[in-house]
Amino acid sequence: MYRYDHYDQTIVDERVAQFRDQVARRLSGEIGEDEFKPLRLQNGLYMQLHAYMLRVAIPYGLLSSTQLRKLAEIARKYDRGYGHFSTRQNIQYNWPRLQDVPDILAELASVEMHAIQTSGNCIRNSTSDHLAGVARDEIVDPRVYCELIRQWSTFHPEFAYLPRKFKIAVTGAVKDRAAVRINDIGVRVVPDPEDPSRHGFEILVGGGLGRTPRIAEVCREFLPREHLLSYLEAILRVYNRHGRRDNKFKARIKILVGALGIAKFRAQVEAEWAQIRDGAMQLTDAEFERVAGHFEPPPYRTLPDRDTFVAALRLGKDRTLGRWVASNVIAHKVPGYSIVMISLKPKGRPPGDATSEQMELIADLADQFGFGQIVVTHEQNLVLPDVESDRLPELHARLTAQELAEPNIGKVTDIIACPGLDYCSLANARSIPIAVRIGQQIDDLDYIHDLGDLTLNISGCINACGQHHVGNIGILGIDKQGEEFYQLMLGGSASDDASLGKILGPAFSSEQIVDAVATVLSTYVDNRESPDEPFLDYVRRAGFGPFKERIYGHA
Amino acid sequence: MATPDAQLGPGSRRIIRLRERDGQQLPEIVVDHWQRLRDDEPYPALDTLPVLVSLARLVNEREQLAARSGSFGVWLPGAAEPEEVAEAVAALPLVAIEVPKFTDGRHFSLARLLRERYRFAGELRAFGDVLPDQLFYMRRCGYTSFELKPGKSLETGLRTLQVFSVSYQAAADQPPLYRRRI
Repeated sequence: MYRYDHYDQTIVDERVAQFRDQVARRLSGEIGEDEFKPLRLQNGLYMQLHAYMLRVAIPYGLLSSTQLRKLAEIARKYDRGYGHFSTRQNIQYNWPRLQDVPDILAELASVEMHAIQTSGNCIRNSTSDHLAGVARDEIVDPRVYCELIRQWSTFHPEFAYLPRKFKIAVTGAVKDRAAVRINDIGVRVVPDPEDPSRHGFEILVGGGLGRTPRIAEVCREFLPREHLLSYLEAILRVYNRHGRRDNKFKARIKILVGALGIAKFRAQVEAEWAQIRDGAMQLTDAEFERVAGHFEPPPYRTLPDRDTFVAALRLGKDRTLGRWVASNVIAHKVPGYSIVMISLKPKGRPPGDATSEQMELIADLADQFGFGQIVVTHEQNLVLPDVESDRLPELHARLTAQELAEPNIGKVTDIIACPGLDYCSLANARSIPIAVRIGQQIDDLDYIHDLGDLTLNISGCINACGQHHVGNIGILGIDKQGEEFYQLMLGGSASDDASLGKILGPAFSSEQIVDAVATVLSTYVDNRESPDEPFLDYVRRAGFGPFKERIYGHA
Repeated sequence: MATPDAQLGPGSRRIIRLRERDGQQLPEIVVDHWQRLRDDEPYPALDTLPVLVSLARLVNEREQLAARSGSFGVWLPGAAEPEEVAEAVAALPLVAIEVPKFTDGRHFSLARLLRERYRFAGELRAFGDVLPDQLFYMRRCGYTSFELKPGKSLETGLRTLQVFSVSYQAAADQPPLYRRRI
């Protein structure tokens, strides 16, 4: 993984000093709250319903075991003994005190971490494929480009006061696991059409959820890799100059792209890019090599292929182990190794939360069963990327002891939910209790596995932090005359076949919504062509009729 | 800092300005006499006082401005389009850009483009809602002087201007770190 040199370390150390100075001036009254707000936001510090919330950056989701232990220590020392992993592969603490935050940042800097630009109207932490470096369908490791983007965007002097927040996602594999089409900019590694041994990027622009959900469109089909940063700079400059600033709900780049149309937007970007593409921003081979050197494969042992052994575990007599292998273990690109997903969605618990003890155990397991690395997924789970397949039963036993072996990755109970009204001052409705109750209602593991791969997303308000538009099943909390209601959406997807879900019908009370989800699931099971027809395919084929009939009594 | 505030001339103020010294640009607090005029304001009686006018006034009153003994420059709104103003301001000794609200970042692009694309070589000043915590970014975008919002501490500004000793990306002041990294 990327390790800081003295330049990188100097920047985060100076950031700690800067924020300490800013907090001191806030506490002394030299800065008022209006002026302090953008400063603290650009350091990930939100004012929530009950307290401050601190969001710490985990660049493209990658952590060392040392860093994860530090996150556990911070949770114990400055918070209430747990942290919450977010859909942007970051971690959030819900109860820090303002005067402690400079010390927390100093602790983070000691393990090459920070909270820079995890919020505010600036370029946020880039997200990526959680299987980067180990996926079988990978073209190139996207983290090299994520790190180049991280450095370019960190304290970018021109783009710190954009019209609105700005999110970039990068994928280097055939299958998109990074949801690039719902980001402001999506970067896809693609082969060079003129020389397939080389690669560059397809650049997508204008995706996003929130009030006006939109799937990103292609801005440039092929961008040679040395021009990555100048092209991003051109897009950001067009957006900074021409994005709307009169209405925060119309300020995202998707609105500008929609208003101009992709052809006109592209023409503006290309005209700007033509002015800067051959300048100093052009990336050098030396820089590619320097950064790529940090992402060399770890020292894998030469092992025989163990795919048959893993398949046998999946179907074996031990059904607890078998189910876990079936849903939580993914084929690795290196023979004899497996990728293990750790679900942070155990029944009855808030999605994405981990206690300090769990983080420490996972850090130990990453050292004992891998090369000391952990990845946070945008579905709010964790990954141990390099586990020897022969040791899967042993690892399963260790995880089970800490209630970390929930076999539900990619299943209906692997729910993505925002913090909701329990924590967030924007929310209209609670999200986490709904997720918890759905997990309690659908607790037959055979049934969950029979339902197959299925995404369920819950947002507590229209800002869509739970990404409900792209859940196969999406739930949106709304406020109806002071009461919490929930809209049910079907048919969304965040992957290559990205689509936005549509509202099924009238909203449900918080009592009814859980039953409605159960009815959606049974409708699918009773009507699918075969168990091989995934839920999303069924919804796309059959339409809303069968669901409406069962839920509302008429189609 | 020798002159007490009360003895500053009318329309004068203290600002921060970068001064070239031993190949480095060092910030210092100076007394500034430029008179920023609205379009309906008369020229100051004291003919040697330098003035800042709007672009429209520069175009319409170039002869009057040239006839005065004081220098003249232009003030621009932060949302000005560099393509439209660059030629008119190219040879001026001072261009001042108004920051309407510190959260409106358009002026950063304007400053960079005036400096980097249109090669404006004079003094580039920020005024308006200019707060100490934006100065570092302003400097990197090519500003060389800073008139803080009234009531803001110049000493804090001197400190925040130099808050980082390393930057990753290219801007008006230097090429990207990857072309300098040792």
